[in-house]
Amino acid sequence: MITIDAKDMHYKELNKIIRENIASGIKNFFLENVNGQYYIGDGIKGDDITITVNGVPGNDLGVFMDGPSIIVNNNVQDNVGNTMNAGKITIKGDAGDVVGYGMRGGRIYIRGNAGYRIGIHMKGYNTQIPVIIIGGKVGSFFGEYMAGGVMVLLGLNNSEELAGEYFGVGMHGGTIYLKKKIDFSKYSKEVEFLEANDEDMIFLKKYLIEYANDFNLQAEDLINGPFYKIVPSSARPYAHLYTSSAL
Amino acid sequence: MTKSSFTNIQSEYLAVIDHAKCVRCKRCIQNCGWGTYSFGGDKIIADHSKCVACGRCYTYCPEGAISILKNPTVMRENGNWQDYHIKNIWRQSETGGIAISGMGTPLKYKKYFDHILLDACQVTNPPIDPLREPMELKTFLGKKPSKLELDFNEDDQPVLKNPMPPQIELATPFIFAPMSYGSISLNAQKAMALAARALGIVMNIGEGGLHDELVPFGKNIIVQVASGRFGVNRDYLNSGVAVEIKIGQGAKPGIGGHLPGEKIGADISRTRMIPAGTDAISPAPHHDIYSIEDLRQLIYAIKEAINYEKPVSVKVAAVHNIAAIVSGIVRAGADIVYIDGFTGGTGAAPIIIRDNVGIPIEIALAQVDQRLREEGIRNEASLVAAGSIRSSADAVKAIALGADAVAIGTAALVVMGCHICGKCHTGNCSWGITTQRPELTRRLDPEEYGEKLYNLINAWSHEMKDILGAMGVNSIESLRGSKERLRGIELTDSELKVLGIKHAGM
Repeated sequence: MITIDAKDMHYKELNKIIRENIASGIKNFFLENVNGQYYIGDGIKGDDITITVNGVPGNDLGVFMDGPSIIVNNNVQDNVGNTMNAGKITIKGDAGDVVGYGMRGGRIYIRGNAGYRIGIHMKGYNTQIPVIIIGGKVGSFFGEYMAGGVMVLLGLNNSEELAGEYFGVGMHGGTIYLKKKIDFSKYSKEVEFLEANDEDMIFLKKYLIEYANDFNLQAEDLINGPFYKIVPSSARPYAHLYTSSAL
Repeated sequence: MTKSSFTNIQSEYLAVIDHAKCVRCKRCIQNCGWGTYSFGGDKIIADHSKCVACGRCYTYCPEGAISILKNPTVMRENGNWQDYHIKNIWRQSETGGIAISGMGTPLKYKKYFDHILLDACQVTNPPIDPLREPMELKTFLGKKPSKLELDFNEDDQPVLKNPMPPQIELATPFIFAPMSYGSISLNAQKAMALAARALGIVMNIGEGGLHDELVPFGKNIIVQVASGRFGVNRDYLNSGVAVEIKIGQGAKPGIGGHLPGEKIGADISRTRMIPAGTDAISPAPHHDIYSIEDLRQLIYAIKEAINYEKPVSVKVAAVHNIAAIVSGIVRAGADIVYIDGFTGGTGAAPIIIRDNVGIPIEIALAQVDQRLREEGIRNEASLVAAGSIRSSADAVKAIALGADAVAIGTAALVVMGCHICGKCHTGNCSWGITTQRPELTRRLDPEEYGEKLYNLINAWSHEMKDILGAMGVNSIESLRGSKERLRGIELTDSELKVLGIKHAGM
């Protein structure tokens, strides 16, 4: 275990210390006084590594990360879990824009709200199923170009509108679950709106229990349905967009 | 709906068989990826409408019995309304689709390389004979320090005070341009990997991920990160000699890419790390890059992930304000900037973009080199030029205009048999290059074409040495950005000014 005081430290120095300590076998990190440092957990590997962040980390938290866990006791900024491959990021506050861009595996749990373009181009592959759960509400372009994985929007904070405009635009894979019904008429024509079935609930349950435990919530409150489910109407949204040119 | 009269648009080409010569071996039927030929009981029958003039059939006809002719049936000549305008209107009115095609633009825009002449030495400052004297083509791509500070060690030998930033070492200033597995076949990628290793240069694998069979070629590979982030993870970033962020492509500046689901089989699915059968969509922008500051953020996210041990390249298309854009990219921390010109190739692009958007590489290069020099940051990044480098002369001119190295894509495919038929997007390539059909890809032998690629780059390197020798310089470094050794012909004052060169005779 190691505690690092990040006060006034440049990200390059902070991340170098983390990388060097991982190389020497340290598994547990506590970062104190974090204030906007970029790239915490960038490209680190190892399922048994945990980084606890006190303060607000900067952009690209957990970018390219492959296995470790990061716990943030405050808000986070943009690009959390960018192109993340495996691992877990738990955020007790709100998240900024572009969470989980191109994420291929692992979990991101956000207790509060999140900004624009959450889960953009998120993808699943083989046994890897990336999962993002958001406790509050999100901005526009939720699940834009989503190609795989699962996102859950809980709306726990009693907000009227769960999501902004352009919901699921260009979505061609993966599943979005909603705990509250939304005015679906204003959203993308590329997705379908269904009620979650038993199979969905079995899948969701283990993630929701974990989420509830992470944030000291009552699991039953989260699991009790109904849940709504949004899936793409085609894996090939642009299949008929083109014709072969004469030249 | 009634059948439209436009479905019978006249065939572009006629596949004509000389039945007196034909021995009915049916090789043409096997070789054609388009299904042009069939056997009609006693003779070969050709469906002209399917022929794209890819040249495979007559290359492999043992009797020389096949001729591919331009269809002599005329459309009424009109200098303004070209055949392709009319035919595309018909096709688009049938389908409502965006017209797409493969390869760089076939339209005849002015090619500035063809209007630039090189200098040579006569009498004073004599030429050098490269057959007898050493001639250095070795090139390092990456950030160079603005000055060298030296210390002396115990043996009184000079040593660098500060470590040199990471570099890619090229034995000769060529790289194989980014072409992904998916847009081309794995065998085509392997041919380039084998040649790159033998030549001491690098290939760029494009945005389709790194296939297991290419992993051993890591020392000769640049990996790419594009907006779809296909196959990108920590290990991928660390598997080559450099990482390239793809922003744009010369053939389609400002738009993304779609690899259609029917081309995503099991193997491509594994390499791109996406499910089989779904479209592989690369959005037009990287959604974490909306500014130079954001680009800097991704550059340094990658540098952190690779522990600052390898250079990071940024690839952009040549567009109107390219000099200011590249200046921003260099200031954002890129070690290499790859500029892809207007005529650059593609596996598929809307022709409306390909034929109308961007600027020529010659002009882009001249402007970028000039701007970076004026700002005192030319040493901060190397420049790679691309966009139909057709010969060693084009390469030499590009380097004199300011490039550190050139990338060749189409030329490499031509080595593998490509006749630039422009149908890459259909996945039927008879040469086994831009297809994933196993019966077609099988015919492209990586060893054989790897050797031919090796021969081509060797030949071009020899030619480059000849040109350097004639100019009286003994290293490619001495020619870099040396516009004084170039002269223009048939160019206007504005063109000469923008290229930064004098007219011939001056």
